[in-house]
Amino acid sequence: MAMKSHLLPEFIVERDNERCDSCKVCIKQCPFGVHYYDEEKDRVYSREELCVGCQRCVVYCPKNALKVIPYPKHYRPNDYWNESYIRDIKKQAESGGIILTSCGSARRTKIYWDHILLNASQVTNPSIDPLREPMELRTFLGRKPDALEIDLENMEIKTELHPNLMIEAPILFAGMSYGAISYNAFKSLAMAAKKFGTLFNTGEGGMPKDMREEFKDCTIVQCASGRFGVDPEYLNYSAAIEIKIGQGAKPGIGGHLPGEKVTAEISSTRMIPEGTDALSPAPHHDIYSIEDLSMLIYALKEATNYEKPVCVKIAAVHNVAAIASGMVRAGADIIAIDGFRGGTGATPKIMREHVGIPVELALAAVDQRLREEGIRNKCSVIVGGGIRCAADVVKAIALGADAVYIGTAALIALGCTMCQHCHTGKCAWGICTQDPELSKRLNPKVGAERAYNLLRAWSLEIKDVLGGMGINAIESLRGNRDHLRGIGLEEWELKVLGIKGAGE
Amino acid sequence: MINRISVSDGRITKEVQACAVFGVMDRSGRRFRGGMVINAMKNMRVRGNGLGGGFAVYGIYPEYKDCYALHIMFQDDDPGLKQEVDEFLHRNFDVVNDEEIPTNEEASVEDPPLFWRYFVTPQKKGEDKNLSDDDYVVKKVMYINTCINGAYVFSSGKDMGVFKGVGFPEEIADFFMLDELYKGYIWTAHSRFPTNTPGWWGGAHPFCILDWTVVHNGEISSYGTNRRFLEMYGYYCTLYTDTEVIAYAVDLLMRRQRLPIEVVAKIFAPPMWDQIDRMQENERKFYTTLRMVYAPLLINGPFTVIIAHHGEMIGLTDRIRLRPITAGEKGDMLFVSSEEAAIRAVCSHPDRVWTPHGGEPIIGRLRSN
Amino acid sequence: MVRLRDPFMDCVRRLDDIASSVDFEGNTAKIDATGLTHKELNDLLRVCVEKGAEKIIIKNVCGQRYIGTRLHFPGKKVEIDVFGIPGNDLGMFMNGHRIVVHGNAQDGVGNTMNDGEIVVKGRAGDVVAMSMRGGRIFIRDDVGYRTAIHMKEYRERVPVLVVGGSSQDFLGEYMAGGSVLLLGLTLKNQKHKANYVGTGMHGGTIYIRGKIEQYQLGKEVGVVEMEEEDYRKVESLVKDYLRYFKDSIKNFELDEIMGERFIKLVPVSKRPYGRIYTYYIRY
Repeated sequence: MAMKSHLLPEFIVERDNERCDSCKVCIKQCPFGVHYYDEEKDRVYSREELCVGCQRCVVYCPKNALKVIPYPKHYRPNDYWNESYIRDIKKQAESGGIILTSCGSARRTKIYWDHILLNASQVTNPSIDPLREPMELRTFLGRKPDALEIDLENMEIKTELHPNLMIEAPILFAGMSYGAISYNAFKSLAMAAKKFGTLFNTGEGGMPKDMREEFKDCTIVQCASGRFGVDPEYLNYSAAIEIKIGQGAKPGIGGHLPGEKVTAEISSTRMIPEGTDALSPAPHHDIYSIEDLSMLIYALKEATNYEKPVCVKIAAVHNVAAIASGMVRAGADIIAIDGFRGGTGATPKIMREHVGIPVELALAAVDQRLREEGIRNKCSVIVGGGIRCAADVVKAIALGADAVYIGTAALIALGCTMCQHCHTGKCAWGICTQDPELSKRLNPKVGAERAYNLLRAWSLEIKDVLGGMGINAIESLRGNRDHLRGIGLEEWELKVLGIKGAGE
Repeated sequence: MINRISVSDGRITKEVQACAVFGVMDRSGRRFRGGMVINAMKNMRVRGNGLGGGFAVYGIYPEYKDCYALHIMFQDDDPGLKQEVDEFLHRNFDVVNDEEIPTNEEASVEDPPLFWRYFVTPQKKGEDKNLSDDDYVVKKVMYINTCINGAYVFSSGKDMGVFKGVGFPEEIADFFMLDELYKGYIWTAHSRFPTNTPGWWGGAHPFCILDWTVVHNGEISSYGTNRRFLEMYGYYCTLYTDTEVIAYAVDLLMRRQRLPIEVVAKIFAPPMWDQIDRMQENERKFYTTLRMVYAPLLINGPFTVIIAHHGEMIGLTDRIRLRPITAGEKGDMLFVSSEEAAIRAVCSHPDRVWTPHGGEPIIGRLRSN
Repeated sequence: MVRLRDPFMDCVRRLDDIASSVDFEGNTAKIDATGLTHKELNDLLRVCVEKGAEKIIIKNVCGQRYIGTRLHFPGKKVEIDVFGIPGNDLGMFMNGHRIVVHGNAQDGVGNTMNDGEIVVKGRAGDVVAMSMRGGRIFIRDDVGYRTAIHMKEYRERVPVLVVGGSSQDFLGEYMAGGSVLLLGLTLKNQKHKANYVGTGMHGGTIYIRGKIEQYQLGKEVGVVEMEEEDYRKVESLVKDYLRYFKDSIKNFELDEIMGERFIKLVPVSKRPYGRIYTYYIRY
């Protein structure tokens, strides 16, 4: 029986009819069908209940006639039974299903970045002027030996080195699959990474054949539980391989790329038939234990003749420090830790909002643990999951990260407005969609320029901060927690972060 | 040195680990040397990472077969510590003999603690007189392990012993000179891939209470539930690893409650409800009740365990077999292993090699039993 | 602080030091795997192929992993005979070679295999043919848990797994393509014991000979009648099976095998989990 929906709209679309000349751009721009034209009245109207607040129409309205603003607090204010819970219950009562959402956690949980302050030099040691003097951000990721054996006469290193990655700033694009994002978004990131001298990450959806040769030196190829598109050629056309165990937005579960997104191109990249659900199981079915992880790490090293570093990515969870130690001992050259703010193209809301821990705490615990065990140099640590600005990057490096992954921030650079409706596949900005009409809205050249600009801008900012600290090479910031102070943090939080309180 | 966490501290955490397990039994009771099991473990070297290895051997102290053989490690150099333990033992037991456990100083292991063994019989006093010998020993072992800082009883059965430490199993075997000094009719072994407690000799497997030993591969997701249930029965987990709960659960169910392994296997790894719902009524009632009553002892998460006590060696996996197990036999010899290759490495032509369904135990019993 | 020890990489000898384990005759290389670590054996295999070996015979294998994995030489096809027991992940990521195991195999046979053929003259362990996407695997006897899990196909790449015996639970779980044929020759008239067959299956076909109850099947599969084309396909695979194992299987004839009832399992939907989510009900 058809059920009347009890849901209230989330946004109000305000149209200034003085300005609107019924040009219908908004109708064309909105994939959710909010705007419609009434011929009789010769006017454009809106169905507000369909609006997700992506602001596409607002940006593209040639007359600036539109405003999309949050619907006023509609139920009786209640801190406990707040609007979000009431809304979800109503949705579930009408559907009987799991609430699906996208992007990273939107919950009000303490943001540790905002409770950490950076240092600067005054009087006793000089700050450095980054405009004038060299400022080095070059970073190597991979396993390092404890010491070098050197043949001094011939200036030759005799120690056999593990493969390492070189990047020009400690920022990489996080794994986002072709499938989760559009080809144009995917390619934008690849092009930006290549131009800048960093790496992008295929996510778990394989690598389109036409991109392999061009981008092989700036690609981290992912091997996830679904093994989509994973074959020897894919593995070998890469700078590094990442085993994805977990993701901050949904630790402990797999992913489902719904069949309608598995277009002909996606199907050839993932190597599954068109229209079939691409199901990523929750675990790798050949990894149920740490020694199995070791087995897969070495399988991948075997498959690539020991020429590529292998990274293992996990979600930040309770036991993260012990797990990280196990990963390093299992042979991981790089470990990536994704905090609970990390984004996704689709996740059950319950996982996104309730599972995992903040990456700041996870990073501090992992770095400390690896140092205590004397194995920190055996791996590099990349953290991701809600890195919003260059200051977050600097704080992450000082806490002990070698580099950061940015996903959400990169997509925002491409046009994303965090409307959190990626899972509908109707992204108005052409990012999280496989609809050819929508994805062509993003021109990879323009997208690459935006993403490149972001990397450039953040690098400049990092150099500014470094200079202020009197540091001219990023390695001197790495794990240098002396340059951090906490504010508004409890004793245990300062202890986990390994930093002093402000003024101490 | 690990700082002892008080037993009432609800924050005891288990840590992640994984491993190789191997067990071999001569069901005729014939005792044999350790070379076979050591070689089998060498074959599975890549399943461990050198942070833990250990062995349990049955039938090694026939000359003291009526005494409890306590193997104790002393983590602290403090001579007062051993004196404290000695005094405690002499107060509570008749110490028939005691000696340092012989070790090979040439062995490639780092910072071994002091190992001592005591052959004892209970001297029960006061209200302890009502306890059985076994319960009395358990109580005293628990006392040392929770109340005497730096001393750990890691083996407490009769005519059997556990030998374990930090290193690959073959290194531990070399350290304790297992091949040269001991003969037993059951050998179980473990190679550990822990991510915790580096340098902690007590954290290695097997875990032992009385003559029950457990080696384990996997990580128990139900650890917190299992541990807190067992605490109600006087078992305190002090060794920072999830395997300990299996050893205590086995002691509770098999020794104290006298349930056979066939039933215990179904408590640890019960059938799924959809399977139970399809059973005949009496069977359905049986399994429903078992699951209802022993719900806190369902061992959830991946595991393969080899459990042994005198006369019996058992291999078991979780109910959806998330960890591997292979059994093999040749004549009276029964093998249980993480990998078939390890069996074939030491027994080139087994009569039979098989892998049971998840939750179905492999059981080896002495022929004479 | 405890040093990091890597049992996989520690003690790996240089190629020169293990060269005596190889014997080259024409295009055939013979390797004695006695005492070789996992990596050493695969180092030697790679060198053999680089030097032009077309057939490689490995004796005394005892648990060495990843045989065939490090042989990604597009266009080259090598035949490898394994005597002894290969370790886990035999032929993982393999791309076009043929491996014959004269005995049992362990877990992960043909894991994420791309192309080629693996023939095991014995039984195999868990996760056989996991995520396999091309080529063929023949196992003479039984297989363990999660066989053919997430096997998938794409156009002409259709993986095939033939198991002469039976399987344990979760056969064909999450299966997204390819064909699995389970012959049940080791059953002796008992029914198959596997539960949760085809759970989450959303592509491909499973053929089962021998008795199996409806409750043993996952919710996402349906049983359909075998058609003429299915019988032709099955018969051709059974012929290959008998040919590959003729020296060790004497009791079975083609007619006898084909005379028994087969069932065919196919997914009910290409989108098994489409209905458990609330996307946003107004769409």
